[in-house]
Amino acid sequence: MTDLALQRASLKPTSHEITIWERLKVNRDWLGFWFMLPTGAFLIFFLAYPLGLGVWMSFTDARIGRSGVFIGLENYEWLGDDSIFWLSVFNTLLYTFVASIFKFAIGLYLAILLNENLPFKAMIRAMVLIPFIVPTVLSALAFWWIFDSQFSIISWSLRQIGLIDHNINFLGDANWARFSVIFANIWRGIPFVAITLLAGLQTVSPSLYEAATIDGASRWQMFRSITFPLLTPIIAVVMTFSVLFTFTDFQLIWAMTRGGPVNATHLMATLSYQRAILSGFLGEGAAISTAMIPFLLAAIMVSWFGLQRRKWQQGESND
Amino acid sequence: MYDFTRRTLIKGGTAIAAAGALTGPALLEWAKAWAQTAPWKPEKDAKLTVMRWKRFVPAEDEAFMTMVDAFKKANGVDVNVFSESFEDLQPKASVSANTGQGPDLAWGLHSLPQLFPDKVVDLTDVADYLGKKYGGWTSAAQATCTQGNKWLGIPVATVGGYLNYRISAVQKAGFKEIPKDFPGFLELCKALKTNNTPSGFALGHASGDANAWLHWILWGHGAYLVDKDDKVIINSPETVKALEYCKALSDTFVSGTGSWNDSSNNKAFLSGELYLTNNGISIYVAAKGDPSKKEIAEDMDHALYPIGPVGKPSELQLCVPILAFKYSKYPNAAKAFIAFMLEKPNFDPWLIGSKGYLTHCLNAYDANPVWTSDPKNTVFGQASKRSLPASGIGHPGERAAAAIADFLVVDMFANYCLGREDAKGAMAICERQAKRLYRA
Repeated sequence: MTDLALQRASLKPTSHEITIWERLKVNRDWLGFWFMLPTGAFLIFFLAYPLGLGVWMSFTDARIGRSGVFIGLENYEWLGDDSIFWLSVFNTLLYTFVASIFKFAIGLYLAILLNENLPFKAMIRAMVLIPFIVPTVLSALAFWWIFDSQFSIISWSLRQIGLIDHNINFLGDANWARFSVIFANIWRGIPFVAITLLAGLQTVSPSLYEAATIDGASRWQMFRSITFPLLTPIIAVVMTFSVLFTFTDFQLIWAMTRGGPVNATHLMATLSYQRAILSGFLGEGAAISTAMIPFLLAAIMVSWFGLQRRKWQQGESND
Repeated sequence: MYDFTRRTLIKGGTAIAAAGALTGPALLEWAKAWAQTAPWKPEKDAKLTVMRWKRFVPAEDEAFMTMVDAFKKANGVDVNVFSESFEDLQPKASVSANTGQGPDLAWGLHSLPQLFPDKVVDLTDVADYLGKKYGGWTSAAQATCTQGNKWLGIPVATVGGYLNYRISAVQKAGFKEIPKDFPGFLELCKALKTNNTPSGFALGHASGDANAWLHWILWGHGAYLVDKDDKVIINSPETVKALEYCKALSDTFVSGTGSWNDSSNNKAFLSGELYLTNNGISIYVAAKGDPSKKEIAEDMDHALYPIGPVGKPSELQLCVPILAFKYSKYPNAAKAFIAFMLEKPNFDPWLIGSKGYLTHCLNAYDANPVWTSDPKNTVFGQASKRSLPASGIGHPGERAAAAIADFLVVDMFANYCLGREDAKGAMAICERQAKRLYRA
């Protein structure tokens, strides 16, 4: 072995033929590829591979600690006929849709408010971020207490005032439970939307507003024709992220309801965890996770194509 | 370590003295003598890693570690213990079993050894040794841990759960004690509601509490998820009766039980809002340990689950078996450790230290003073005897464990009791889910 290596080493300097490898090492067109390689490897190992493995698993009957055998679409066939799975799909869509709308509306409102000249501006802006900074599990636990069936501060206060005579069954009634978890999610998600949109607002040139003021535009007109159009690219990005985070939410639900009462707040992510990890049916859990992909893809597509369009980017009518 | 045993001695006080338990140097002497005569000689330089569930009571953990320490010194085996939460234990053990790496011993829940029967050391000799010496094993424990005549694990103990009630509330409702049959029990719950001292049992995804009491109701009516051949039989007239009984019962509950998890009833009971529920001994231990809850500790007691129309106890109690992995390089040390754990000088103080959380599966430990030192502990001493395996009448194993983890029975009852489905619909959903888990 050492002989061979020595031989090769001694041969190299004398050979004047440029190998493909040497060419690739210095070629400018390939330089970019070399720079991307670490990132590419990272993405493949930590994102593409697990994703591919998850999809593969959904076609097997894998259990925890045991690789399964290929069973084709069987997991999906069972899911197709599974009322709890479809309930979780409905819950996830409802949760994402309602929470995202509120997060957007309140976030935008807050961003515009924070963009004004307020006393203690920096401090107020920092404070808005608090819900985002608190670890999700901790805020979820706080909400769990706030909505507790026996010790809810809300029920207690309303009872003291005399508006109700018994505790509100926040997490024990299907609709109340859905309301409660969506509320908690909105509370937690607003800062992200607000602060990002605020960053977007700051990029809008004040001269546009000055010009509009001179033209006698009302505040609503200014918002409608200047602020909103210039903000659309950021809105597209923020809302994509927000929808993705909401759709895949897990911690809030798990800490507050574990999917109860009777699966009324089970999201696809929590159901997948319950079936894959707690019950050990990895294949089926993977199938539920995989079923989330089309929805997530759709959300990404909306923003992707949105971002490609000049109309969205610059708020003009030319495409 | 000495400081530690002295502390345990003072704490356990009279109870330990009554048991005639060995402590400190005496325990070590005994352990050394045991090591000389034990049928299993640990391998040279053996090292054991033990994975266990996270303790509930510090005193139990202390007693466990005292024993581990004595084993180390007497046998020259290095033992390393680490703990995992209830939920993480089974996945970790499964991965270890199938990758051949990890702890030598796993002390887990329910029918853990049944999940990978070919990956565990055959412990039949240990079970026979202990069974002969200590009056035999209880039947549920045996069913949970055996495959045919082969022992896949050793049922160390059962974490018992029973009815917890406030004495004054039950008396005010016109009952001297908790009724022993289902109709009487319903009457009691109705009366408690009328007096505004309601009962409450978890209908949410509470792995421990909800599964325990709802399986009791189901089995008490002679209904089961699967039969002895693992055929799904939940769709039955008996189940309908169980559902109807449960609905009547749940109408008397304090509001919000649909959202309850395993800690909700503890909180409500300790704050004086709940007067009857099912739980381990933890509420009582917490009340006793907190001077401000003295009143509750004095006014509460425990009772066995009433017997249903089926005419015999129908309880689901949590078995905690220990197993040794086949890949371990030190199977003899592992066997010696398991046998050592359950020997009287070790197990007696350990039971006392666990304050009633753990119930023995070896009949001879009926005599342990923990069951008599405080009469309110007594019922928990029967948990192992009155329990069915987690699989009911079916085969204990992976599918039965999955059915419990996936809340099949809990959701069926909750669906009906919370008015989201009629009896037929609730059963159909459960049946469909059970067929999913039990498909060939």
